[in-house]
Amino acid sequence: MTFFHDLQKVLRQNIREYGMYIALFVIMAIFTVLTNGVFLSARNMSNLINQTGYIAVLAVGMTLVIVIRQIDLSVGFLAGFLGAIAAIAMVQWLWPVAVVIPFVLLLGVIAGLISAFLIAYFGIPSFVATLAGWLIYRGLLLQVTAGTGTIIIPDAIFNAIGNGYVPDLPIPGLDFIVGHKLTLLLGAIGIIAYIFGEINGRRKKQAYGFEVLPPAIFVLKLVFIAAVLALVTWVLAGYNGLSWTALIVLVVVGIYSFITTRTVLGRHIFAVGGNPEAAELSGISVKRITYIVFGSMGLMSALSAILFTSRLQSATTTAGTLFELDAIAAAYVGGVSAAGGVGSVFGSLIGALVMGSLVSGMNLMGVDISMQYVARGLVLAAAVIFDATTRRRGG
Amino acid sequence: MSEDIILDIQNVTKRFPGVTALSDVSIQIKRGEIHGLCGENGAGKSTLIKILSGVYPYGTYEGKVIYDGSELKLEGGSIRQAITEGIAIVYQELTLVPNMTVGENVFLGKEPSENGAINWDKLYAETRDILRKYQLDVAPQAVVRHLGVGKMQMVEIAKALSENAKILILDEPTSALAEAEIEKLMEILETLRSHGVTCIYITHKLDEFFRITDSVTVLRDGKTVTTQPTGNLTKEKLVSYMVGREMKERFPKGNRRPGEVIFEVNDLHAIDPNDNSRHVLNGVSFDLRRGEILGIAGLMGSGRTELVTTIFGEYGKITHGTIKLEGQEVEMTSASDAMHKGVSLVPEDRKRQGLVLMQSILKNISLANLDQFSKFFRIDADAELAASLQQAKNLAIKAPNLLVACDSLSGGNQQKVVIAKWLLSNPKVLIMDDPTRGIDVGAKYEIYKLMNELTEKGVSIIMISSELEEVLGMSDRVMVMHEGASTRILDIREANQERIMALATGIAEN
Repeated sequence: MTFFHDLQKVLRQNIREYGMYIALFVIMAIFTVLTNGVFLSARNMSNLINQTGYIAVLAVGMTLVIVIRQIDLSVGFLAGFLGAIAAIAMVQWLWPVAVVIPFVLLLGVIAGLISAFLIAYFGIPSFVATLAGWLIYRGLLLQVTAGTGTIIIPDAIFNAIGNGYVPDLPIPGLDFIVGHKLTLLLGAIGIIAYIFGEINGRRKKQAYGFEVLPPAIFVLKLVFIAAVLALVTWVLAGYNGLSWTALIVLVVVGIYSFITTRTVLGRHIFAVGGNPEAAELSGISVKRITYIVFGSMGLMSALSAILFTSRLQSATTTAGTLFELDAIAAAYVGGVSAAGGVGSVFGSLIGALVMGSLVSGMNLMGVDISMQYVARGLVLAAAVIFDATTRRRGG
Repeated sequence: MSEDIILDIQNVTKRFPGVTALSDVSIQIKRGEIHGLCGENGAGKSTLIKILSGVYPYGTYEGKVIYDGSELKLEGGSIRQAITEGIAIVYQELTLVPNMTVGENVFLGKEPSENGAINWDKLYAETRDILRKYQLDVAPQAVVRHLGVGKMQMVEIAKALSENAKILILDEPTSALAEAEIEKLMEILETLRSHGVTCIYITHKLDEFFRITDSVTVLRDGKTVTTQPTGNLTKEKLVSYMVGREMKERFPKGNRRPGEVIFEVNDLHAIDPNDNSRHVLNGVSFDLRRGEILGIAGLMGSGRTELVTTIFGEYGKITHGTIKLEGQEVEMTSASDAMHKGVSLVPEDRKRQGLVLMQSILKNISLANLDQFSKFFRIDADAELAASLQQAKNLAIKAPNLLVACDSLSGGNQQKVVIAKWLLSNPKVLIMDDPTRGIDVGAKYEIYKLMNELTEKGVSIIMISSELEEVLGMSDRVMVMHEGASTRILDIREANQERIMALATGIAEN
């Protein structure tokens, strides 16, 4: 019985960390049952990921913004505006895609740095500074699309970013493998890397005498996560494989996870969020961190703009509406704390998937849009209540 | 005789899962006396206060508390009931609303009103009456933000007294006060005593027990060791009751041999960076030798903290004067700049300025020195851990492991983490701003020992302290500050409390 006792203990101790995974699992299970399995179909999963992508990258950037105790309301319409600029550059100025994408990304970074300048240099509260940005970018979006209305993008390469799939490996003689081989290969590499990483980390912790999970629980965790990864890989490989959007999101989350957990910059960002004064006195420039975090937020806004514009294959006058709030909601569902210093990039990705699954599932079931908003609001409230109550017990 | 006793704590035991915080504690407190409560951190003082204020309500502890003749039965959830019963607490951390006036703060939550509108005249008149009755020298209309810490404390006391408190519990009221303000507080307590208010007085500063209390109860490991009239006690006795053994000396003897001058400050003037008209330093000069401890004494607001944060490049704008490190004139523009040049600062307030409380010991120790462990921005976790473990071992930080969050540590251990962080940068000059504030006798002793070890290795220490005994016990020389300027540097052999106070208050010029 020690196994179940251990399991109970581990779950109770880590309920905050595991809570959102459990939530995602429960939501997906419920919709799978309610839609007779359509929800978990390869096609729907693929769509879900592509639809969540442009919010997920915003949520990743927003995580860091909230971690340093700030907020950015301007990102939605900034993304809309930058999407319009991308469309205009391609359609009216006839710039090649290879130039348009870095150009838009650069504009995003500059926009983020402007917000940071208002916040760090003038000391304006980020809520107000970025609310001004919200108004300005909305106005600019309407301005640049005023003459044309919706701008249709004819460029196939650009449109593939939001709709296309990574082509398969042209390996002859492997035709007996059913499905998208590259996706299967990446999935296998991912699973092996995960298992090795976990075992290695556990060994190191033991060597230093830190507490580790009991062996049985550890194996259970490995098997469970590896199984989930395998399932996702298999489902995706059975359809068109990995979409470009999914690949971009994975790379972004991977890079941001690495930065936040393994680098000096990441440590500094979380220290500034946890206690700005102590961080400053420890030789960390809070202003510099503010510039970096808002610059990264601008970059993510631009990436979101590219993903969204490409997905719609056009720039519209209302693009980006409410993106900022979806991203903030995703970050909170993913466990960031408004008090600063707490949050994880991966958590926010899960948060975005939770919110995305709700929309996707309810759409499949034909739930009216009005009730969709209510349901999303309730889930957000529940997530934050859960967070607050488990935190109190932990402290 | 029994009507003398206002508070009779009888065999109180309070258990938490795994720990017994109080075991069989009995204390009798006489009406109108000032009763000192003494003990190291973790001895059970705060648990006792939480029982008296209703944070741990009636029924969650064993034993009885007889208050004013009947058993005290507080419900949980709010300290409101304790206040209505007449038990008020002045906390170490002040709990005032800074942007409100003194009167508004005193009557916060119980504003006198007529038909839903606040009667401001009545509020201020009553505030004035309370302040006058207990000779508290604050203006009812003053905005709290503009008051010094000492005056804020008075407002706290007025707030407690406005509820007709019979027992006033003061939890380390002087930890943020300078000598003159402490003197004033002692006068206020005398006034309270003459008005028949009973006080329970908690402090880490032993001399205060002898200055003000009528009797003292010592707690150790959740048990009452003794209750005695203060007149029967000596400091040495008190310390031995607290730690449970004889402690021969409070300040360990170091084997210091100060060498050549390593750090010089010459006629430093500086202004507040946010307010150019405010002069915070008006001519400070001193030198510091290798392996020396230079104590800086001065009242709150004398510019002690401003001096060190200005040197450290984090606060004042230097308008005149020079700073020399190892003979070279230097300018430190930020904390990281100062650190790279070999100057480190253990800041005044460890929770606010020293630590990221929610993060682990490991992350806090390495925070200022991550460059040492990183290649191409990536942190080498093994190197980080090894270096932090070494520091934790050298400083004898007591914790289950280094992944424990700092907010669960005791004050002394937290301070050690802050010191460890700065030692990792191998400073030549270590500035310590009130390094033992609010930590218990045992941890203080360990920090003093550490300071001795560092100076023996050639580190030079500048130590600011509000406790004169500490300044006298640890320094080689003492610089006294008054109104933003250095007055005189006394050799330890010519320094004593009276001389320092005379210089600090401006009574003596030299």
